[in-house]
Order: sequence, then C-alpha cells, then structure tokens
Amino acid sequence: MAAVRKPKIAVWKFASCDGCQLSLLDCEDELLSIVGAVEIASFPEATRAVVKGPYDISLVEGSITTPHDEERIHTIRRSSKLLITIGACATSGGIQALRNFKNVADFIPMVYAKPEYIETLSKSTPINDHVFVDFQLRGCPINKLQLVEVLNAFLNRRKPVTPAHGVCMECKRRGTVCVMVANGTPCLGPVTLAGCGALCPAYDRGCYGCFGPKETPNTTSMSAGWTALGVTEPELVRAFRSFNAYAEAFRKESEAHER
Amino acid sequence: MTPKAPRFNNCAVLSPQQLDQLLQVLIKRDYEVLGPTIREGAVVYDHVDSTKDLPAGWTDEQAGGKYRLKRREDDALFGFVVGPHSWKKYVFPPAMRLWQAHRSDGLFQIVPETRKATKFAFIGVRACELHALSIQDKVFLKGPYVDTVYKLHRENIFIVAVDCVQAGGTCFCASMNTGPKAAAGFDVALTEVLHEGRHHFIVRMGTKAGADLMSQVPHEEATAADVEFAENLVAEAAKHMGRSLDVNGIKEILYRNIEHVRWDQVADRCLSCSNCTMVCPTCFCSTVEDLTDLSGQQAERWRKWDSCFTTDFSYIHGSSVRSTPRSKYRQWMMHKLAYWIDQFGTSGCVGCGRCITWCPVGIDITEEARVIREGETLASAAG
Ligand code: SF4
Ligand code: SF4
Repeated sequence: MAAVRKPKIAVWKFASCDGCQLSLLDCEDELLSIVGAVEIASFPEATRAVVKGPYDISLVEGSITTPHDEERIHTIRRSSKLLITIGACATSGGIQALRNFKNVADFIPMVYAKPEYIETLSKSTPINDHVFVDFQLRGCPINKLQLVEVLNAFLNRRKPVTPAHGVCMECKRRGTVCVMVANGTPCLGPVTLAGCGALCPAYDRGCYGCFGPKETPNTTSMSAGWTALGVTEPELVRAFRSFNAYAEAFRKESEAHER
Repeated sequence: MTPKAPRFNNCAVLSPQQLDQLLQVLIKRDYEVLGPTIREGAVVYDHVDSTKDLPAGWTDEQAGGKYRLKRREDDALFGFVVGPHSWKKYVFPPAMRLWQAHRSDGLFQIVPETRKATKFAFIGVRACELHALSIQDKVFLKGPYVDTVYKLHRENIFIVAVDCVQAGGTCFCASMNTGPKAAAGFDVALTEVLHEGRHHFIVRMGTKAGADLMSQVPHEEATAADVEFAENLVAEAAKHMGRSLDVNGIKEILYRNIEHVRWDQVADRCLSCSNCTMVCPTCFCSTVEDLTDLSGQQAERWRKWDSCFTTDFSYIHGSSVRSTPRSKYRQWMMHKLAYWIDQFGTSGCVGCGRCITWCPVGIDITEEARVIREGETLASAAG
C-alpha cells in the first residue's frame, strides 16, 4: 500500500487580531498530534515557510475590508479543497464591522495622517459574503477544543460535534445557576450560540454574545427581557453591537433600538 | 400508580442535632449524602457533610423569570422550596460517556464502560420531586427497554423527604395532586416545625430501611398533638400555592386547540433556549455525540441532555420536523400536559414551578393552559 499523503493545511489571515489562529498554537496538548496528522503548508503565526497549494484545508481568519483582500480570498478559495472560516471576524465581520453602521470616509482623516494612502472598503464583511465556505467555526476567539474537533472531524470524514443551540444548555448541563434569573444580570446566553462552555455565567457575568446568534434567535424577546431588568435603549444597541455586530440577527436588533 | 407507603410504627420527633446524627449514620453506612445547599445565589443540590451545609435561615422568593434568596427570621433548615437543580442530575447525568471503541487490524472493538454502583442519600426531597422520580422510573425502568445507567444510580437511593410547610411563588403541586405532603416513595419523611421557640422534625417512616435507620438515631416518640400540628402546617401550605392549573379535561382541551392562536403569541416571547426542559425534573430527552481522536483509532460515544427546543432534536433525514419556536413550545407543553398521559398514563408535570421561575422571560405553563381553556369556555358561551 502506498504511503498515505498527509493532508495539507494552510492558515490565512485577513482583517483580524490573530487571536483565533493563535488558538491553534494554544492547543499545546493536541498540537503534536495535529502536526503529526497534517502538513502545515502555510501558517504565518508559526512559521515563515510556505508550501505551494493546492491545499486540502484552508483555515481562514479575519474579515474582508480592502479591495486587495477581496481579490485574495478568491485565489485562496481556488486553491483550497475545503475552506473553513474561524472566528467572529471571518464569520460575521468582527468588531471592525462597527464601521458598517457609519460612513468610513468620515473617520479615515481622523486616524491617518495621510488619508490618501488608505484604500479601504466601506464595509467589513464575513468571508462567506465573498466565496463559498464549507464550514464556519464561530467565537471571539474560537474555542480551541472546537477547532481541534473540527479538524479532527474533517480528517476523519465525520460530522463535527459543534452544537447549533444556545449557551443556556451549557449552563444547565454544568449546573451553573442562571445569572439573569437569580441575580437580574442581563445575559445574552439565550440568543447566543454555545461553544465556549458557558464561561462567563460560570464566573457570575452575563454572556457577551462572543459566538454570535444561535439558531432561531429571538432577539426581540431577549431585548424585552433586558428592558424589564432596567437596560436602556442605547445599552441594548451596544450589547448587540460588539464582536458579532454585523451578524444578521444581532445587526437587526441593534438597529431596532437606534433612533 | 405511585406505590403505597407502608407504615412501620408511630411518628418520631428529631431535634436539629438528632437530624445531624441521622446524616452521620448515613455517611457511616457509605452513603454519598446529597442535599440542598447555597451556591451562586440559589439553593442547589450538592454534597452535604452535615446539617451545617444546609441553607439554615434562608428562603427563596420566586416569580416568573425571577429567583431571589432572602433571610428568614428563623433558623429553618428547609424553609425554601425547589431551586434550579433537580435530583434527575444524579440518576440521569447531564453528560456521560456510554462506551469507547478502538480500531485494531481494521476492526473496531467496543469497550463498554465500567460503572460502579452508587449509593446516594437524597436529603430534603419534596413531594413534587418524589412524583417526578416515580415518573422518570416509569420512563427509564418500566418500558420495554431499561436504562441501565438510571437503574444503577436509582436502585440504592435512600430518600429523606421533606414536606413543604410553605409554598413558593411558582408552585402548583396542589393542582397536580403531587404535594405538598410527601405521600410515598421515601424512606423517611420529615415535617419541619418551628413553633413557640421549639425547632424539631416530625418523622414518618416509609420503608423498612427508613425504620431501621431511625432505630440507630436517638429520637422521641411524637404525640398525636405533634403530628396534628405538623399536618396542619402542610395543609396550610396547600392553600398558598403561587400558581394553579386546572387539569380537568386538560388533555382533550389541548388536543382540540392544536392550532390555537396562543401558540403564535407565546412563540413571540419564547427564546427556545431550553431552560424549561433542562430544569424540569421529569424531562428526559437526550442526544448522543460521537467523538474520535485525531488518528481515528479511538472513538467515544457520549450521551447529553437534549431538548425539544433545539432544531437538531427533531432532525430527521434532510430537515427538522419542528423548526419554529411555535412548534417547539407547543410540542413541549402538549407533551407535558397531554401526550404524556397517553404515553405513560400520568401527567408529565408535577407542578414544581421550575420552568416558570427559570424561564428568562417568565413564560408560565399555567398561564398558557389557562388562556387556552378560557378561550374554549368563551367560545362555547358565545356559540
Ligand atoms: S413542566 Fe414545569 S412545573 Fe411541571 S414538572 Fe416540569 S418544570 Fe415543574
Ligand atoms: S419557555 Fe422560556 S425557558 Fe422554555 S425555551 Fe421558551 S424562553 Fe426558554
């Protein structure tokens, strides 16, 4: 039997903070087996060496914010068998999508001494607005265990175990007392995708919505619940307008509270 | 049918110190003693080493979507009702590995889980919870397939029940005929009495094991007056339920109203967050997840609590049968109050009120049922 060729994996970066690709380096315990199972063809955070495509799996971090990136993502798509986006930037536009609610031309001169050198798009958009994406792994940052699970599942040709339900189920399974019911703390858990293991409520904080909207997110009822706890309209706008501000359900909800 | 409680002898009286001795005897007999204790601003169920771990002097205030601990004016050990946890987490764990497998020579070998029998002692089980346990017994043990894990954990449980002498803001066991007095399914049952400077527990024996345990614990015999006083306290609690649900003909009413507009209205508020099902002491749904290691040589199958509120739960080849919040909420409530009766010969709801308190937006099963019933009454009055 011929030696099995190791799958070639590339990691790509667009507008992002690098936190998600660093999660891969953070997988200390699992890293050796990952490196054993695949050939890392391109991973700027870890090595300068670049192996030419095509790639079996491309992990894409970051959102599209420049005309150049708009082109580059198509090249990557063409040279990748599977394209998996990782993190809130790549899957919803990220925190930088706050620009989408304003006119970007207004603040370029405020930030850059020579605005004429800046070439940027009016919106920060997720990767799947531009190319076909095979799988989206959400979170700001992603959960490293979920990343290993996704790679593992694709390598073993099975479905990744990444639930579509909300954070509440993770709280309840781990026995965490609901911070919203028992303490009146506004929490986005009921509309937010699970995946973090319900971290914040376990430390007595409300969920910030890092993983973006869950399936069937009832953001209208969520806002009514928050309002009953004394949360104001501007606060609601800010709550839905964070790392996943441009994810459809969160975007619409923040807009509904903006006058 | 819930089993009849056998009676062994007269009631006993325990002081709080003697109750602690009862716990110590259980610990000596190798029981893992579990009971109410305070954590994260609520009464939860966890390990208790002595009566010191119980929420002495605390009570809870409950309403739709709201739970708060409050100080009591006395040192009652069980002066609250039920919290976010239910005993089901011990017999039907939220997440557990079912088996492992490894590949060798192109073949799979299944490695069954080795499980140790547990010996739990549940302290402070309420009447509604006894009923919930007996309903889960029906589901997991009495059908054609016996759930071996449930059986293993359930078999050796020693149950110390507690009658409710005060009802919570979302309680409606009196409507469901499941409380507030512990009727059956316990080894010993306590009524806590705080009266004119006295603090004691009236104890009823429910099983031989209960009577045997009590023979190891110093106690006094209860007088007829003691027993009557305790019974009155419980009877009084029954009159102060925060909620009520008219169960008369409820199954037929719900069946007739499967397209009621109320389902749309509740769906506008429902977050399909699953909290109601997670906290419900009778909800028993689960999913299985298959995991592998990176090399693909090891596999594991896990069972986790699931809920009729997730879209994946009703996924059948190609799409989900219940994909809208309307269909999910309807399924849940219809199952609790109607389908369950056809399926298991009992209501799926014991009136504990958890789903009302722990719903982040306070959706209330008793209110939903009332609106649908009243719609019928109005319609028949008009027609
Ligand atoms: S349906 Fe609600 S009130 Fe009834 S047993 Fe379940 S949690 Fe308790
Ligand atoms: S009824 Fe309440 S607890 Fe249940 S899924 Fe709907 S919002 Fe969540």
